[in-house]
Formats: sequence, C-alpha cells, structure tokens
Amino acid sequence: MRYLPKSPAERQEMLSAVGAKTIEELFHSIPEKYRLKKPLNLPAAMSEHEVVQYFSERAKENSDGYTSFLGAGVYNHLRSVITDTILQRGEFLTSYTPYQAEITQGTLQAIFEFQTLMCQLTGQEVANASMYDGSTATTEAVLMAERLTGRGRVLVARSVQPEYREVLRTYAKNSGLHVEEFGYTPAGTVDTKALSGLLKDDVCAVVVQSPNFFGVIETLGPLAESAHAHGALLVAAIAEGVSLGAVKPPSEADIVAMEAQSFGLAPSYGGPYAGVVASKDRFVRQMPGRLAGQTVDQEGRRGFVLTLATREQHIRREKATSNICTNQALCALAATVHLTLLGKEGLREMAEQNIAKAQFALGELEKIPGVKRAFSGPFFNEFTVEFPKSVRLVNAELLQEKIIGPFVLGTTYPELTKNALVCVTETTTREQIERLAAGVRKALAA
Amino acid sequence: MNEKIKKATRHTNQNEGLIFEKSSPGKRALDWPPLDVPKVDPTKLLGEHHRTSGVEGFPEVSEIEVLRHFTRLSTWNYAIDLGMYPLGSCTMKYNPRVNEFVARLNGIATEHPYQPQELSQGCLKILRLLEKCLLEITGMDAVTLQPAAGAQGELTGLLLIRAYLQKQGNARKTVLIPDSAHGTNPATAVIAGYEVQNIKSNADGQIDIEHLKEQVTDDVAALMLTNPSTLGIFEQRIPEIAEILHKKGALLYMDGANMNALTGVTRPGDLGVDVMHLNLHKTFSTPHGGGGPGAGPVAVKKILEPFLPIPVLVEREGGKFALDSQRKESIGRVKAFAGNFGVLVRALAYILAYGPGVRQATEDAVLNANYIRKGLEGVYDLPYTRPSMHEVVFSDVLQKKNGVNTMDIAKRLIDYGFHPYTTAFPLIVPGALMIEPTESESKEECDLFIDAMKAIAQEAAVTPEIVKTAPHTTRVKRLDEVGAARKPILRWKPEVKRSEAAD
Amino acid sequence: MAYPTNYKYSKDHEWIDAKGDMATVGITDYAQHELGDVVFVELPAAGTKLTAGKQFASVESVKAVSEIYAPASGEATESNALLQATPETINNDPHGAGWLIKLKLSNAAELDALMDAAAYEKYIEEKKKEASA
Repeated sequence: MRYLPKSPAERQEMLSAVGAKTIEELFHSIPEKYRLKKPLNLPAAMSEHEVVQYFSERAKENSDGYTSFLGAGVYNHLRSVITDTILQRGEFLTSYTPYQAEITQGTLQAIFEFQTLMCQLTGQEVANASMYDGSTATTEAVLMAERLTGRGRVLVARSVQPEYREVLRTYAKNSGLHVEEFGYTPAGTVDTKALSGLLKDDVCAVVVQSPNFFGVIETLGPLAESAHAHGALLVAAIAEGVSLGAVKPPSEADIVAMEAQSFGLAPSYGGPYAGVVASKDRFVRQMPGRLAGQTVDQEGRRGFVLTLATREQHIRREKATSNICTNQALCALAATVHLTLLGKEGLREMAEQNIAKAQFALGELEKIPGVKRAFSGPFFNEFTVEFPKSVRLVNAELLQEKIIGPFVLGTTYPELTKNALVCVTETTTREQIERLAAGVRKALAA
Repeated sequence: MNEKIKKATRHTNQNEGLIFEKSSPGKRALDWPPLDVPKVDPTKLLGEHHRTSGVEGFPEVSEIEVLRHFTRLSTWNYAIDLGMYPLGSCTMKYNPRVNEFVARLNGIATEHPYQPQELSQGCLKILRLLEKCLLEITGMDAVTLQPAAGAQGELTGLLLIRAYLQKQGNARKTVLIPDSAHGTNPATAVIAGYEVQNIKSNADGQIDIEHLKEQVTDDVAALMLTNPSTLGIFEQRIPEIAEILHKKGALLYMDGANMNALTGVTRPGDLGVDVMHLNLHKTFSTPHGGGGPGAGPVAVKKILEPFLPIPVLVEREGGKFALDSQRKESIGRVKAFAGNFGVLVRALAYILAYGPGVRQATEDAVLNANYIRKGLEGVYDLPYTRPSMHEVVFSDVLQKKNGVNTMDIAKRLIDYGFHPYTTAFPLIVPGALMIEPTESESKEECDLFIDAMKAIAQEAAVTPEIVKTAPHTTRVKRLDEVGAARKPILRWKPEVKRSEAAD
Repeated sequence: MAYPTNYKYSKDHEWIDAKGDMATVGITDYAQHELGDVVFVELPAAGTKLTAGKQFASVESVKAVSEIYAPASGEATESNALLQATPETINNDPHGAGWLIKLKLSNAAELDALMDAAAYEKYIEEKKKEASA
C-alpha cells in the first residue's frame, strides 16, 4: 500500500528482531475469539485516481451552478490564493500542537498574531487561540460568565443564531444553568423592556448577537449597563466577522464569542470553522482554550509559548475551564493569513462593498409589489424581507432559475412564516441580484 | 554538532518579526473588482454604529511580505512531512495529500449547510458512506459525525449515557475513570454533570477487576476506558469489565484515541463497549494543522441510538438522504451545522484508499512500536512488561540517577532531528517516555530513532550536561515559561518592544 | 532551609504561626520545592470563613496547581498582597515574606492535632525516601 513505507523483506527483518515469526503473534494480547478472522467489509481499496473520481462525482451532485443568497451564520466571501498556499505548507498542515515550543515557533507566532488580530477586531483585551466554532464559542463564553459570577441564570436573545442557542441548551442542561430567552422589537433589535423584566441578581450573562440573526445591528452600550447594574456580564456573539470592517466593535461587551469563518474559510457544508473567545485581561484565567504568550529564551531572544496552561484539561483535569484539547488551529491560521492579506483598508473596503450590495438588493426587492423590509434597524449584509406569499413557495420557483433563495425564517421562528433572510456579499454580482429580484417578482405574480 | 547525529544538520534559517512590525500605511495585498452597484455612505446607514476608519492596528503589508512572512514562520516548525513524531497516543501518521485535494474540490468546499437537501445529495452520500465504514470498523450500531474533536465526542458520549439512564429513571452520579486516562476524560465528565471517581490500575497496568467490582455501585453511570490503555497495553478483560458494569445497569465508554492498534484486527463493539468516540485526526489521518481541526465521531450500540445529537442522517424514499432534526429523544445539538465536514471528507478519502487492507496499517503500527521497544529495552527502564501494541511506555528511572529526566531527554531528541515523544504522561508512570511511531515510519526512520535514543542514554550516563541543557541547535533555546505565566503577554501592542520584553 | 520551631505543620505541607487567636498561614519549603516556580496565587477575600482541612487557596506553577488546605478553622482577615505582583516570593521565602493569609482562629485547640517542626522534618524525610524508592 502506497502509504506504508515497508518492503516485505523489511517486515520480515523487523519481525525477526522482535522475536516473532508472524505479525499475528504481536496481537496475542487480544483474546483469540475477538480477533477478526476476515477482512472488514469496506469498499475495495482505491487508487489515488479513483479516490479523486469518487469525490468529483459527489461534487457534481451538490449545488454547483446555483447562485446562493444564504447567510444565516455561514458566509460566502472572497477567499485568497495565498491563504491556501500557506495552509498547504506541510510545516503548518502536518505539524502538531505546539507543546514543544523550540520546534514550533512558526505555529506559536501565528497564533499570537491571530490573538492580536481578534483583539483588534473585537475591541477586547485578550483572545484565545480558537474554539470549534461560533456556536461552541458562545456556549463557552456563557460557561465562563458562570464561573466568573458564580450564578446560574442566562438570558439569551431570540435573535441569536438558533443553532447557537440550541448548542448552549445542550451544554447548559448538565451544568445546572437555566437558560431563558427574551424577544425582539419591530425594529429587529432586542426587546430591552422584556430583558429588564428578566434581569435580576441571579443572572450570570446576557447573550446577544450583532449583527443578529435577522441581520440587524444591536446597540450594546445600554445593554452592558443594564447587565452590569445587576452584576451580570454581557456576552456578544458575532457570526459575520466581516461586519467588523464597518461596524464599531463590541468593546462594551465583557466577553465576545466570534465565528471566524468569514475570514477566508470555505463554507465546506458546515465546517471546519474557527470560533474565538475574546474578553478582558482580568478575566483571562477563566478563559477556555489555548493561549500563546510572548516570552524570551535563555539567551534573551523573543519567542512564544503556550501559556496559562493550568486552566486546561491536561493539567486541571476535573477543574479545567473547558475540556477542549484539539481546537481549530489550521482554520485560525487561515483567518490570520487572510486578514493580513486584507489588511486595514482591505477589510474596510470589503465591508463597504457588502453594505452597498445589500442596500442595492433591498432596493430591487422593495420595488416588487407586496415585498417590504421586515425590520427597521440598521443592517450590514443581511436583511429580512416579508413576502406576501410563503417563502418556501417562492424559493421553490427560484430553484427553477438555479437560484438558492433566502433563508426561510419560519423554520425556526414560527411567528415569522412570511419572512426571508437575504444575504448579499461582495461576491454577489449586480446581475445575480437583478436575477433574484426578477425571479421573486415572477414567483409572486404566479 | 557531531557525526553521531545522522538525521539533522544546522542550516541558515530566516528571521521574521511580527506581521504588525512590518506594517506601513498604504501597503496592500488584495485588490477588489470595482463595485457594480451604486456606492453608499455607510455613516448615513449605520449612524453611530459606523467604524469610520479601518481596524486600529491591523497590518498593512504587501502580498509578497505576507507570503514571505508565513513561509518563513513555517520553516521554524517540525512536521510529519519532515519526519517521525514518536508522540504516544497522538498517532501522528502521514496526512495523504489526495485528502487535501478532494476536500478543496468545487462542489465539496463550496457547499452551504442550509442549502436545499436535494442540492446536497453529494455531501450527504459522503456522510453516509463514512458512517457505514466507521460502523464496520467499530462493530457498533449507529454513529454521529457531529462532534468537532475527541473531547467533544467524549462529552457527547457521556450526554448519551446520561439521557439513556435518565430515561430509565436515574441519571446516576459518578463516572469511573482510570488514573492513566487522558485529561479530557475527567474534564468532560464534570461538564456532563458527573463526579469523577478514580479507579486504580494494577501492577500490570490493567484495570484492577476486584477494585472495579467494589466501585461499580448503583450510583455509577459509566466507566471511561481507553483501549489499548495509555500504556499501549490491551485491556484483556474488557468483556468481563463490560459485564460487571452492565449487571449494575452502568455503561462502558471507550476512548477510541488508540484505535490505531485495533482497526481491522478487533472491534470494540464485539468486546462489549456501549459507546465510543474516534479521533479522525489520529487513526484516520486527517492533519493536525498545529492543533486542529479534528473530528470526534461517536459510535453507539442500539440502546443509545434514540438519543443521538441532531441532525441525524436518514435515508428517505427513492434513496435520497436527509438530515433529520426532529428527534424527540435527542440530547440536542452539540455543534452548529453538520460537523466538521471538511475533516470528514479527508477521513473518508483515507478509508477509501485503504479499503479492507486497512488492517495492514494496524499491523505495521504495532510492528514498529514493538521494534522500537526491542531496540530500547535495557537502555531505558520499562515499567510494565506486558506486550505492547501500537505504543510503548518507558520511564527515565535509569537516567534520573544522573539527574537527567524525561523532559531533558525529549529536548535532546530535538537536536537529533526528531520531535519529542510524549513526556510525563500517563501520570501513573513517573518520568514517562510514551512512544508511538505509527505505521508511517519506515525501518530506516525507526532505526534512526533507536540510534538517537541510545546515543542520548549514553550521553545521560557520561556527559549529562549536554542533555540537561538541550536543545542546542534550535532557533530558540528553552523558553521562559515561568515568566510567560507570571506576566502574560498575549497580544502585540505597539508599545511592547522586542527582546526587552523580559523586563 | 530550617523549619521554624515555633510554627506548626500539617500533613499537606502548610505551616501556621499562631499568637493567641491570630495566626499566619503559609506553605512550607518542601511544598514550594515540589511545586517549582510559582506563577500565580489565588487567595480568599478578607472575611472568608475557613474550615480546617478544606481548600481555601491555590498555588500555581507552570505545570501544576496545588490546592492549599486550611490547617485550622477561622476567618481570613488579610491575604498577602505582595504575592499578586511577585508570586515568586513563595519560592524565595516560603516561611516568611511568602505567607498566604492572616487567620483569626475560631478554635485554637485544633493546632494540637498538627505536627511540630521536628515531627514535620521527620515526615518529609519519609516522603523523600518513598519518592526515591
């Protein structure tokens, strides 16, 4: 087999060296009746060409050739060739977790740069080296707030990505956390009155997302004040990181949980992405996940190491801040390379293109009789529209035109059955937007 | 440098500062197609929310600077592509490049998890085939591909156990974990809402069955077992262990991190395991990437199937696949969307390349470990003498006599051109050297490793200082971890200077 | 390093220096040596009630965290502010400047159960023998 670097002769030599006649002897510690007598029933071994063929055929059975207007937590942004060039370097791709710092300075410095970029983006003081994704980062941020305050109630806005909230519930069930939700206003922002009604001195965290699931940007200052007045922490989740190129960062939040997929990571049917937890320096010892720190070696040279490891599972075991071990290092590296390629002006320009295109799309859709915008708050690259007809039916028509229409909000918000979440990025062309509008017009007229 | 170090030689290596230190206003690395819709004024639209200038402190560099920056950084790393990692329980095997190629295909990398399921049949077929292969390999009844890593798989597994027991009327309070277990096991048990009770290993490094019988009470939900254990030794009495647990209504969880010793040779499901996770970034060759991403699928027996996390892959009429999130008894969602799909693609590519011949990989892995064990027996102390499977654990007892410990030996191994083995784990072996070569190492590489370890043992006996102060040939020497923890510097700031950061 | 003869010692390697019902508590030289370079110390706030035998603080090195158990019951009246900025004081002067807390004892009789300097030195000799066996 091409992945195994041994000739039959070498195997024999090695067997003799260990004093065995057959390889079977080396498995005698497994009781005989449990040793398999037949090969596993797996598909026949494939050559490299056949492996490529198998996946190429599967690739043709997906959405190739369709234009998509989906966002809802996963965004189609321009990626960069250099990012992939770097990611494919064997010294990054096939390297281990940097526990042995002397021979992993490349990974460690890249992590340090990632942590820095995340702080700059989010307006926070410290960021970790990645969590699995935005949903688990949000969950871990809440658990962090629980540890910091010692309290057990969490108030989560319904306008937070539905799957993020589901993941939080799964984790909360077993840590004694009580999760309660509060709603939104006609502007699409969180209902601060409802929140006040729920906020008491037993709350560890108030969780909001901005831009939220409906695309609307939240005003965090007053929310932070309300939370703090009751000794609770404000957790801000961010699913669309590119928004930070044009939207003020959530520095009023105590903990930020961000999804970094927008920074150069392919949608890849849901993963792998990279989540980040960013917060204040004074909370760092309760932060989950790895942290790379700057230091010097015995000769005074600057270097980097994993640090504050006593928070982590391999030392703290039962008392760890999280059980996370493997994170999403390579994805974080992709985000780092991509963001340095974008640079200060590039990210700003990209964000502004998103805004312009989304505004244009809204304009085109609003020209259609019966179609109007559902929420009035400011938005970035996603907005909610109301159709006079079922969104599903409209989308079924759009599919005929090879358009994957907007996200059907009714799937997770039963009160929003006529509403659709439209996402437009810098990758969407004017022509595609016009085709969407024409398609919707046709579907509604039918 | 001396001639006895055959595998590595010093070479001029590029320096490189932080990317922020190369930044200068006006430099750019990416350009855009011009806007094809009317420009808008973001301040008018966003009002007080508008971030009027670019992100403060963000680098401004050119394309070549970015490329050089990260290329130079990469040359400071050791990697599987360069040579062996003898890291115990990490299974640092070859990451096949065709896996990278197929994961990047248009139509694979580009799919949105919310796109219509009828436009995702290719993705769903991939998931289904991977599920079938993993079920065949593990001998279990059902599997979830959702968890993003081994630790998350462990949590999922424990939550499944909890849900099952809860349905029976009592979720119970305790999880038993051997003192040789990986740290994620107890950390996870606590997150799942259980108390941890340690169970001691006996003199052979196996579970002490008599102690187990005493410790399994009606309050015990499960035993988390790693097999082979972290000592690389097969837990011979697993079926008995399973029976003891089942008699008391408890379940057997197997940490599948060491599956590289079992694939194609035996199946955990046949041994009585109720639930287990796999580490695709270990046994199934997906790349470590400096710390992830990985994936931690969880395979279960039928009794746990109703509780699997959503979404669950189902087959509908006409052979179409769908992701079903309407599962009444499910423990819920453990991660957004559909798992680390890109990692799952790579794992499937690995399995398809091997087919039923994957047993050969296991055999070579076990052969390599035993060959190295034979080569180093007598040179290093072997605390447990039962047969090793895919990994072997020595201790530094003999070298300690001269004040040389496992960490020193590991650092000296770097000068010999290798990545260190796993030091100081498992905890039950003080001064452990945990070595797992995997099947990807040739006889030549194994011989170089054995020679290196023998040479270091010799140095420890005769010139211990050179070992205690290693490594000598790396870009940086041993780093001040104490300073890094006392005064953490976790991000670049414009005012922090270069090597004076020691102050 | 000598073990002050007027101190009492616990099996978990804490020392306590009592004068009437006011005491000072720290960890011993043996403990700091086992731990290695201290990087961080977590101490209770003034007013916290302590119970003999229960954890009241933790001391961290790079590779480990040590739980510190109260040698006697009472109320913590002060924690050593010096340890915030210079945790290494515990390594340099564990029996003096590296003290952890001041404790107002609720039951001075509990000290009778602790070891004196001679007994403690014997205890750690045995521990050292066990370790090298």
